[in-house]
Amino acid sequence: MGRRVHCQTKATGADFARSPIESHPGPAAVNVPVQRVSVPALFSVFFRIGLFSFGGGLSGWVYREVVVQRGWLTEDEFLSGMAVSQILPGANIANLGVYVGQKLIGPVGSAAALLGLFSGPFFAVIGLASVYHVVKTLPFADAALDGVAASAIGLLLMVVAKGAQRAARHLATLAAFVATFVAVGLLHWPLLAVVAVVGALSVGAAWMRHSADA
Amino acid sequence: MRDDLPLALVLVFVPFSLASIGGGTSIIAGIQHQAVDVHHWVTAREFVDFFAISRAAPGPGSMLTTLIGFHVWGWTGALIATLALYLPSSLLCYGVVRVWNRHRGKRWHTALEEGLAPVGGGLILAGVASLLRIGGGGPASWAVAVGSAGMLWWLPRLHPLLMFALGAAVLIAVRAAGL
Repeated sequence: MGRRVHCQTKATGADFARSPIESHPGPAAVNVPVQRVSVPALFSVFFRIGLFSFGGGLSGWVYREVVVQRGWLTEDEFLSGMAVSQILPGANIANLGVYVGQKLIGPVGSAAALLGLFSGPFFAVIGLASVYHVVKTLPFADAALDGVAASAIGLLLMVVAKGAQRAARHLATLAAFVATFVAVGLLHWPLLAVVAVVGALSVGAAWMRHSADA
Repeated sequence: MRDDLPLALVLVFVPFSLASIGGGTSIIAGIQHQAVDVHHWVTAREFVDFFAISRAAPGPGSMLTTLIGFHVWGWTGALIATLALYLPSSLLCYGVVRVWNRHRGKRWHTALEEGLAPVGGGLILAGVASLLRIGGGGPASWAVAVGSAGMLWWLPRLHPLLMFALGAAVLIAVRAAGL
């Protein structure tokens, strides 16, 4: 699982300054076949994401925290988890939390991620409802919320850019990326059918690539 | 009749939980029908307000069910409605990802993961398109979204909250200028 090490050295977060230089990765960066993530750490990451998850772009923030900052998951692990989260019923972000929590810790991890994600918004949405009639009269409240939502979408676009970069490695993955977007995003074809067809072709191509490698 | 309320909340929202394929936006219309027309938990006006509130507050947009629960039965109702909408889908998801993660390293798993990753990327981009469409923020929103993504690409250490504040400031400035 050397790819995880690659992720670690690529980390660009606040801990970057303290991390060892790339040619001499410290022991912590090397022996990470199974990364030990604590329940409180997972909870606090998802609690923060939940509390500031305006406008639906929050999967982008999960990517930033879990892949870029901490290297808990690789890009492929995150993106395939995104696909699974979107195929299954339920809020994408909740499913993504279940996926990340299960993968890193197990059932307790999934529960911690969900609890973290929902405890902030649960009180925030009820709180906002009780002051809604006041907020509505504030000038530019709508504009401010639209601005926050648009920035959150920017986080997502960043994930898309990373995903596109990876997809461009092979013709088949690039075709799957473009076909999925065009069919679901532009033509509004049913998501499940598109994922079934494009996903099957794309997975088949990946299977063939690996048999060619072997 | 009110004694049946917790059960009614569960019976109405659990099916929506398992039907919400593609995220919460796909079930809003169905919830509106049940809560307004069938059960008269909220008026049509209240429902629209709840929808706006749940979009403005953090959390998934489908948390308007939390507000419906709160409206009809206080904190208990809020808790029941939230659990009814999110627990069934989360349990299903848990079952699937447990099987998924257990088979890591096998060739078919690697193929699935590599094959599904670009599909996931394409779905995110499709989601971005629909968020920008229903958001109704216009070209300014598009510009802020693309600008934020660009800033993050070049400055990965930038904190999202700072970016959110910047986005809000830009849209306020645009609206204030009357563009």
